[in-house]
Amino acid sequence: MLVPPSACRRNDTGSLIMPNFIKALTDRLFGWEGFLLSILIVTMLVNVSQSAMFLTIGNQINLFQLSIEKIIVALVMTLIIINGEIDLSVASMMGLAACAFGWLFQIGVPVPLAILLVLLIGAAGGAFNTFWITRVGLPSLVVTLAMLIGFRGLARVLVEDRGITDFPDWFDALGQQAILGPFPLSLLIFLGLLAFLIVVLHVSGFGRYVYMIGINKSVAEYSGVDVARVKATLFIASSTIAALAGLLYAARVGAVRGDVALGFELDIITMVLLGGVSIFGGSGSLIGVLLSILIVLNLRNGMALVNITGHIQTGVIGLLLILSVLLPNIRAYLGGLWSRRRPAAGAGGPE
Amino acid sequence: MGVLLDRLSPQVLRVLALVIVLILVILFFGSQIDNYFSARLFNRISTSVAIMALIAVGQTLVVLTRNIDLSVGSIVGFTAYVTGQLLVDSPELHPLLALLAAIAVGAGFGAINGLLVAYGRVPAIIVTLGTLAIYRTMLVEFSGARSITTASLPDWLLELPRLNVFSVGGFDLRFQVAVMLVVVIAFHLVLTRLRLGRMFYAVGSNPEAASMAGINAARIVFIAFVLSGALAGLAGFMFLARFGNITVVAGLGFELKSVAAVVVGGVNIFGGSGTVIGVLLGAVLVDLIDASLVRWQLISEFWRDGLLGLLILLAVAADAVLMRQFIAVRQRRAREKQSRMLAHAGAAERVPA
Repeated sequence: MLVPPSACRRNDTGSLIMPNFIKALTDRLFGWEGFLLSILIVTMLVNVSQSAMFLTIGNQINLFQLSIEKIIVALVMTLIIINGEIDLSVASMMGLAACAFGWLFQIGVPVPLAILLVLLIGAAGGAFNTFWITRVGLPSLVVTLAMLIGFRGLARVLVEDRGITDFPDWFDALGQQAILGPFPLSLLIFLGLLAFLIVVLHVSGFGRYVYMIGINKSVAEYSGVDVARVKATLFIASSTIAALAGLLYAARVGAVRGDVALGFELDIITMVLLGGVSIFGGSGSLIGVLLSILIVLNLRNGMALVNITGHIQTGVIGLLLILSVLLPNIRAYLGGLWSRRRPAAGAGGPE
Repeated sequence: MGVLLDRLSPQVLRVLALVIVLILVILFFGSQIDNYFSARLFNRISTSVAIMALIAVGQTLVVLTRNIDLSVGSIVGFTAYVTGQLLVDSPELHPLLALLAAIAVGAGFGAINGLLVAYGRVPAIIVTLGTLAIYRTMLVEFSGARSITTASLPDWLLELPRLNVFSVGGFDLRFQVAVMLVVVIAFHLVLTRLRLGRMFYAVGSNPEAASMAGINAARIVFIAFVLSGALAGLAGFMFLARFGNITVVAGLGFELKSVAAVVVGGVNIFGGSGTVIGVLLGAVLVDLIDASLVRWQLISEFWRDGLLGLLILLAVAADAVLMRQFIAVRQRRAREKQSRMLAHAGAAERVPA
């Protein structure tokens, strides 16, 4: 199960043979992930030529730290989109979590208890989304769009137009200082979650269900897969992780306001789609998303090194997102033209 | 009641349901807020709806074809700024030319979206998520982070929002509102009466079937995006006239509001069904609730967004559940009718034998 289904083709004698694994590897290298890898290498080479400081551990960790909350949430979003759904409410949940934490802290709730309560709020928000999606049967795009507005509204109710700050030093330190070697807590959480989700998505049976539902929900249902339960798990996980990311944000910045993480959902979804995950569900991998996360981080860092401002960075990433889907389409189209011009080649003509 | 169920189309029922909800909301807030039925509030909401409804109509065309346009907010901001800059540079430009410029810029952006979606075969959510960022970036670059201010704009533009078509006891029909109503009615007629309009529905409900019926689906999708961009451009012009001060954040978040109006207005987010009249009511409802909650003493104005989110959810859920029930009842009635007719026919056959 570690290899994509395409690699599990059997040879004529019916047994799985080694070259299939090599084929799986070359498929990946010449496929989308190889393309991402080459973009990543080019970006990094350009960055290195711009600044000698780029490849230092300090800069690399700093580069992760600046977007750490987004990339943690992007990991779970990958599973949701592969499952054929979308969660637009994550950024608002991050804001709600941060504001709820600030509010609880302000009314005197001890910090550890506040952290626990905030994670529960995250789970409850996910359960709320799940109810409308699986029980009432509304499209997740609509439900989470409504909650994008709703969760953000609740965040505003809690802190109104104030900013809350002066959290205990140990809490701020969790977000800012290295706790294991050079790694801060949030980066460790990211790496741990990445490893866990790779196992869940690409090795476990649950992961197969996620793909299966994304490819064809009805078939999955008639095959006895508990579709509602898989979706519930994913949406509750997404919201809870978003709440955790909100807490990490509060710790890293050391202050919360009503507009924490405003608009992050677009960045998060961009990272996932750029990683080769189909917006229609059923295909994509965490490896691809990891590569696209690295590309986005390096690109932003590189542009910052040559003094390109945040707004242009966002525009460039938007362009990259469109090109990432457009270029393969153009390649396929040109390929189609090519085979039409040589009818002798036959097989590759347009459908 | 039974006859009504058979006669009325689901679309008409939807519009009726929206009207009822709208009346209930107005009555509720009327009992809660002093001086609620004032001309001032009416004028304020109507001018605000005038802008959002235009964007929502464009969004409707796109959603009908199974796509989505998330870039409208950035298009509104860009056209508002560019048109403003144009009028600052050449104040004696004819108003109509300025208006056309705004619409043309919007249509141009819409055409880029449309080309990528219809001919580049990139999913609309990806394209417009990208152009949402790109168009905003272009605005920031173009403006150099400067703002357009009211003082630098020609007088006719600043008077435009207060221009009245007619007025009944303080309740004005402002020029902008009239323009919006004309656009809504025009698109309603196009969508319900013209062959082109029906093609939007055909492409949205079943693209393959539409293609086999000889409809150029890619072209219809392209047209939908161009029109959405053009309407966003028109809305950008209105936005400029209404606010005068345009910064780089103009129109931020309009994409979500327009999708909310479309969804509340009963357009199926997966394409193929919905009406422009419903969407106008959806835009009115969303804006009315927004404006009323600000004035409601009982709760802090910070509850506004939280309640709005919940309300959108309830509106859509009620719509989905009611429609399911409605279709089930209708099917049952149709079956009963059929079996009655069959029984009748059977009896008729038996008689000669």
